[in-house]
Amino acid sequence: MQPWHEIVVEQLKANEIRLIPYVPDNVLKPLINAIHADPFFTAFTTAREEEAIGIVCGAVMAGMRGMALMQTSGFATLANVLASLPCAFQIPALMMISERGTLGEFNIGQAAVWRTMRPTLEALAMEHHVITRLDECGFIVDRTIRQALSTQQPAALILSPLLTGGKANPVKVGG
Amino acid sequence: MSVTTAHNAKRMYRFDLTKRLVAKLHRDEAVIGGIGHSNFDLFTAGHRPQNFYMLGSMGLAIPIALGVAIAQPQRKVFALEGDGSLLMQLGCLSTVATQAPKNLIILVMDNGTYQITGGQVTPAAGGTDFVAVARGCGLTSAAWAADEADFERLVEQGLATDGPHLIGLKLDEQGPAGQTERDPAQIRDRFMRGMGVKKSKLVT
Ligand SMILES: Cc1ncc(C[n+]2csc(CCOP(=O)(O)OP(=O)(O)O)c2C)c(N)n1
Repeated sequence: MQPWHEIVVEQLKANEIRLIPYVPDNVLKPLINAIHADPFFTAFTTAREEEAIGIVCGAVMAGMRGMALMQTSGFATLANVLASLPCAFQIPALMMISERGTLGEFNIGQAAVWRTMRPTLEALAMEHHVITRLDECGFIVDRTIRQALSTQQPAALILSPLLTGGKANPVKVGG
Repeated sequence: MSVTTAHNAKRMYRFDLTKRLVAKLHRDEAVIGGIGHSNFDLFTAGHRPQNFYMLGSMGLAIPIALGVAIAQPQRKVFALEGDGSLLMQLGCLSTVATQAPKNLIILVMDNGTYQITGGQVTPAAGGTDFVAVARGCGLTSAAWAADEADFERLVEQGLATDGPHLIGLKLDEQGPAGQTERDPAQIRDRFMRGMGVKKSKLVT
């Protein structure tokens, strides 16, 4: 079976999602590399995740679909701009969030901010799906994107460590 | 190159400058008005379907304009952003410099204050020069407008030449000339039609 990032790239291309602004994350690295390697995409880093949301919203309104990539801590900086831009204006801005802070996290800050992600998404009433399995990855990515586009609503896709392997503690506890 | 500095630029009236800008737009150029008074005066200068009035998300007028500029490289795109708003998202100037969209023109509406929340001075009161900041970020075509005539010249230059361009505008203390209708879904719908992206029979 294909690795998760190849499945994601395939679905992004099938749905014409061309613009990929991002703030990097280690787990996203294979996806980011694959996107940069493919001339179909326009991909670049932004200074903040808020900026990436603004860029995607502007592009979508002008006819170019996009998705912002980030990690959990980046998502935690976004409640205000999500509420007042894509939610209020009904713009199908897409986000892909690499889930840090759970299932073996070694950084207590990441673990603490992780706990704010689902309550924030729920409070914003924003469609979101966690991808945990390789065999469900393509379906979830494809259907979430299509629903966002046809209902003019933003949506978030969360990449679980169950899918990506996450980032394990580089040092053994006590060692 | 302009020798106007932050200190000798004339303090001008935002609504007057906004009207002068709009009067120069003949090719369905997109204009993104930042939070508060930047978009109030854009709306009051006369609605155009190519205008987007940002009602929240302080600091995102330039990123939104960058997105539009990337999506439609043949169309000139203006971002009208307040100084307080720009301070919240200064990093976007580096992003713009690196992506270097030829069709993007940024107008910094520098009144030295957060006018819409009561006129408190911004943390840049110590003398931040936004044109110098922009140049430092890599935006080589950045200049203060000396006065209204110089502003018109800079806008014409922005329309006629490859950017990205940034025009710094020192403003007086006058308030906005009106208020934007706060209906985000309608604003988005009209803007998408204005960008030629949406066609719909749901018109009246
Ligand atoms: C994240 C965030 N913080 C604070 C506010 C409140 N607020 C709205 S407009 C504004 C001031 C905007 O200042 P500036 O961009 O300089 O425009 P001006 O009011 O001077 O026209 C502030 C502080 C907000 N909307 N969002």
